Amino acid sequence: MPPLAVPPVALGPLLPTLVVLAAAGLVLIFDLLPPRESKAHLAAVALAGVVGALLAAVWRWGRPGRAFHDMVVLDDFALYVHVVVCYAAALVLLLSTDYLRRAGGESGEYYALVLFATAGMMMLASAGDLIVVFLGLELMSLSLYVLAGLFKRELASGEASMKYFLLGAFASSFMLYGIALVYGATGATNLDRIAAASAGRAHDPLFMLGLGLLLVGFGFKISAVPFHMWVPDVYQGAPTSIAALIATGSKAAAFAALIRVLVVAMRGVQPDWTVLFWALAAVTMTVGNVVAIAQSNVKRMLAYSSVAHAGYMLVGLVAGGAPGTGAVLFYLLAYTFTTAGAFGVLTLCRRAGEEAVEVGDYAGLGARHPALAAALALFLLSLIGIPPLAGFAGKFYLFGAAVRTGYVGLAVIGVLNSAVAAYYYLRVVVYMYMREPEGAGAVWAPSFAGGLALAIALVGVVLLGVIPAPFADLAQAAVAPLLR
Amino acid sequence: MRGLLSAVTFLPAAGALALLFVPRRRAGALRAGALAVALATLALSLPLFFGFDGEAADYQFEELRRWMPTLGIAYHVGIDGISLLLVLLTTFLAPLVLVSAWRAIEDRVKEFVLTMLILETGMVGVFVSLDLFLFYVFWEAMLIPMYFVIGVWGGANRIYAAVKFVLYTMAGSVLMLVAILALYVQHGAATGAYTFDLPVLARWVIDPGLGQNLMFLAFALAFAIKVPLFPFHTWLPDAHVEAPTAGSVVLAAVLLKMGTYGFLRFCLPLFPDASLLFGPTVSVLAVIGVVYGAWVSTVQVDLKKLVAYSSVSHLGFVMLGIFTLNQQGLVGGLIQMINHGLSTGALFLMVGMIYERRHTRLIEEFGGLWKTVPAFSALFLVVSLSSLGLPGLNGFVGEFLILVGAFQTSPWLAAVATTGVIFAAVYMLWMYQRVIFGEVTREENRRLPDLTPREWAVLVPVVVFIVWIGVYPVAFTGKTEATIEALITQVQSKASVR
Repeated sequence: MPPLAVPPVALGPLLPTLVVLAAAGLVLIFDLLPPRESKAHLAAVALAGVVGALLAAVWRWGRPGRAFHDMVVLDDFALYVHVVVCYAAALVLLLSTDYLRRAGGESGEYYALVLFATAGMMMLASAGDLIVVFLGLELMSLSLYVLAGLFKRELASGEASMKYFLLGAFASSFMLYGIALVYGATGATNLDRIAAASAGRAHDPLFMLGLGLLLVGFGFKISAVPFHMWVPDVYQGAPTSIAALIATGSKAAAFAALIRVLVVAMRGVQPDWTVLFWALAAVTMTVGNVVAIAQSNVKRMLAYSSVAHAGYMLVGLVAGGAPGTGAVLFYLLAYTFTTAGAFGVLTLCRRAGEEAVEVGDYAGLGARHPALAAALALFLLSLIGIPPLAGFAGKFYLFGAAVRTGYVGLAVIGVLNSAVAAYYYLRVVVYMYMREPEGAGAVWAPSFAGGLALAIALVGVVLLGVIPAPFADLAQAAVAPLLR
Repeated sequence: MRGLLSAVTFLPAAGALALLFVPRRRAGALRAGALAVALATLALSLPLFFGFDGEAADYQFEELRRWMPTLGIAYHVGIDGISLLLVLLTTFLAPLVLVSAWRAIEDRVKEFVLTMLILETGMVGVFVSLDLFLFYVFWEAMLIPMYFVIGVWGGANRIYAAVKFVLYTMAGSVLMLVAILALYVQHGAATGAYTFDLPVLARWVIDPGLGQNLMFLAFALAFAIKVPLFPFHTWLPDAHVEAPTAGSVVLAAVLLKMGTYGFLRFCLPLFPDASLLFGPTVSVLAVIGVVYGAWVSTVQVDLKKLVAYSSVSHLGFVMLGIFTLNQQGLVGGLIQMINHGLSTGALFLMVGMIYERRHTRLIEEFGGLWKTVPAFSALFLVVSLSSLGLPGLNGFVGEFLILVGAFQTSPWLAAVATTGVIFAAVYMLWMYQRVIFGEVTREENRRLPDLTPREWAVLVPVVVFIVWIGVYPVAFTGKTEATIEALITQVQSKASVR
C-alpha cells in the first residue's frame, strides 16, 4: 500500500470563499458575546465579509489557480460567478436588517446562514470535481432550507421550508446517484478526467443515465420545468429576502456548476444534451410565463418569472460556445441586479403592519411613493426586457447567440415569451400607476440600508443596460478557457 | 455641425432630468419648463432643415461614435430626406401638444411633462438612428412613455387600451429583433464584418429566398402593426379614443409614422426582392384599409373614433404610395405622412378642445356650432378640408401624387383607392355638417366660449403649414426627392443583381 500522499495545501484559490466563511464564524462568535437587542452589528460583519470576498474575487481576476488535486478551480469563470453571488448576498443582507426587525425574525444565525449559503454557492462555482459540486450544493441548500423556515410562527414559512427540504433532498439524492453512475462509467469524479474517460463512449448507457440523473438534480436547483414545482410555494412562504437569495444567488451558482459540468465533463456528448436542453428551455420559458399570468400574489408571480428566466438562460446553454455560455453568465449578473431589486422593493412595502404581497396592495403606489414605484417599475421593465435596461441587454446576448448558432426557432419562442411576460409584469405597473387603492395601500417602510440596496441595484440595471459590452466581453473571456 | 442631431435628440430627455428636481406642487413651473425645453428643441432642429442639402441623397448631420465595438454596435445617427421632415414634425408638434394639455391635464402634471419629454427623445431617436441596435432601443423604449400617457391620463377604458397597445406592438417588434439578429449574423457570415450599421447592411446584397422573405415579414409585421395596416389596426381605435388629447395627437401624428418610416428605411433597402414579392399583397391590404377605414369612419357616432378610423384610411394611402416604388408614389407617401400628422393632429386637438368644453364627443350632442363658436368652426373647416384632400390644402398634394404613382403600377387598385377620397369627403363633410351647421339643438351649446388665445396659439401654426404645403409643396418635397430617387435606384439595382 503506497503511503497516503498529503496534497499540498494551497488556500489561495479558496480565498474568496474563506473570507465569507471567516465572516460567518465571526458572526457566530459575536452573537454569543453579551447579547444586544439589535443585530445590526452582525449584519455589518456579514456585509463586510461579503464585500471582502467580492474584492478578493476582483483582485484574483486573471490569475487562475487550482487546489486540492484540481478539486477546486478558481478560474475567471468561477470569479465572475463569485462576483454575481457576492452582489446577490450583499443586496440581500442590506435588505434584510430592517425587514427582519419589522417581521420579528431578527436573529444572529440568519446572518451566519446567509454567509454559509453564500460560501456554498462560491464552492459550486469553483468546483472542479463532482464531489465538490455536491458539497457546495448541500452547504448552500441546507442553509437555505433553514432560512426559508425562519418565520417559525408562520405556517407558510414552515411549509416552504418543509417542501424545499423534501424536494431538495430528492434532488440531491438524484444527483448523488448520478455522480455514482458517472463514476462507475468513467472511474473518475474529476471533471477533466471524466471528459477524458468519456471520450468515444457517447452511448454508454451507464454514463448517459448518470448524466440524466445529474441533470435532474441541476434542473431542480435552477428551477427548470418540470422540476419547478417547489418554486412558487417556497418563494411565497420564505422570507422575501431569502426568496431573493434563492432566486439570484442560488440560481447563479447552480447554473455555474451546471455549465462547468456540461461543457467540461460532458463535452463528448454535447449533441445529446443540446437536444435535451432545447426542449427544456422551450418548455421552461413557456410554462413559467404562462402560469405567471394567473398569479395575483407578487411573490408567486416573481417565482414563476424566475422559472421563465431560467428558461431564457437555458437558451444560451443550447447555443453554446463562448457567445452562448458567456451570455448566460452575463444574464446571471443582469438578472441578479434586477430580481434582487424587485424583491427588494417588496421587502420595503408593508400594508397594515403586514408584508404587502398581493398585487392589489400596490394600487396607487406611484402617487404615494413616486421614487419607490419608479424603482419597481424599472426593475419590472428590465425583467420584460425593455431597452436600455439590463434585462434587454441580457436577452439580446442570449438570443443573439441562439440566432448565431442557428437556433432561430428557439430564439423566436424566447422573444414571443418576452411579449407574453410583458402582460403580467405590466399588471403591477398598472396597479401602481393607474388604479386607486381599495382601502389603505402598501406604504414604504423606511430603511436606509434597504434604500441603499435599491440604489445599487438600480445603478446596476441601468449601467448594464446602457454599456453592457464590457461586462459581457468579460463573461465571454471568462468562459473561453472552459471550452477548449 | 457635429453633435447637432444628438442635441436635438437628447435635449428633451435632459430637460426631463432637470425638471425632475422641480417640486411637484409647482405645476405651472413644470408646464412652463417643459414648454421651454420643447421650444428649445424646436429651435435647435430648425438648422437641420435649413442646413440640409436637398440635392444630396446621402445621410447628413451624421455622427458615428464607438459604443460596443466588439459587437459591431455604434452610436450612429444621421438624417436624409426621409427622416428630416419626420424629425421636424416631431419637434414642431411637441410644444403644441404641451400647450394643448395646459388645462386638460391637471392630475400628476410632473409625471406628464416628464413622460412627454422622454417620449419626444424616443421618437426623434427612432427617426435618426442609423444603427439597427440603436434603432431597436429607441423603438422599444418609446413604447413605455406612450403606455403611461394612455394608461394614466386616458379615459374610462384606458387600462385596457394601454395594455392592448403595448402587447400588440411588442408582439410585432420582438420578431423584428430576431430578424435584426438574423440579418446581422448572415451579413457577418457572408462578409466577415459583424455590424448593425444600417448603411453598411443596406449596401450588402442579400440572397433572395426564404431567409430574406422571413426577415422582411418579421420587420413588416412590426411596422404593419404600428402603421396600422389592415388587418392589424384593431389596437388603434382603442388607443386613440382612450388616450388624452395630447396622447392621441402624438400617436396619430408621429407614432404611426414610425411604421411607414420603417418600411421606407428598412424593408425596402434591406430586403428589395422580398419587397417586390410582397409589394402587391401589401398594396392590396393598404387599399382595403383605405376603403374600410373610410366606411367605418362614416358610421361613427363619436368624433374621436371617427378621426381614429380616418387614420386607418389615410395611412392606407401612405402604404399604397410606398409600395408603388416609383418617384411620385414614394414622394406622395412621404409628404402624406407629414400631412396626416398635421391635419389629423389638428383634428384631435380640436376634438379635444370641444371635449374640454362639453365633456362629450358624441356627434349628436352638437349642431349649429357656427353660430356660437365661429372661429373654432372656421378653423375646423380648414382642418377637415385638409384631411379630406381639398386642392389647395396639404392633403391633396399627397393623395394626388400617391394616386398618380399607383395608376402607373396597378390602375385597378388605384381606382379602388380613389373611392377612398370620395368616402373621405362623405364622412368628413357629413360630420362637419352635423356638428357645425343647422340649428343649435342643445341648450348647453349656446354658451360655449370660442377659442382662447392659448388655443389660437396651438392651431394657427398647424394651419399655416396646412396651407403652405398645399400651395407650395416644393419647399418640402424638394428636400426629399434626391433621397427617394436614390432609394428607388438602390432597390431596383439590388433586386436585379440576381
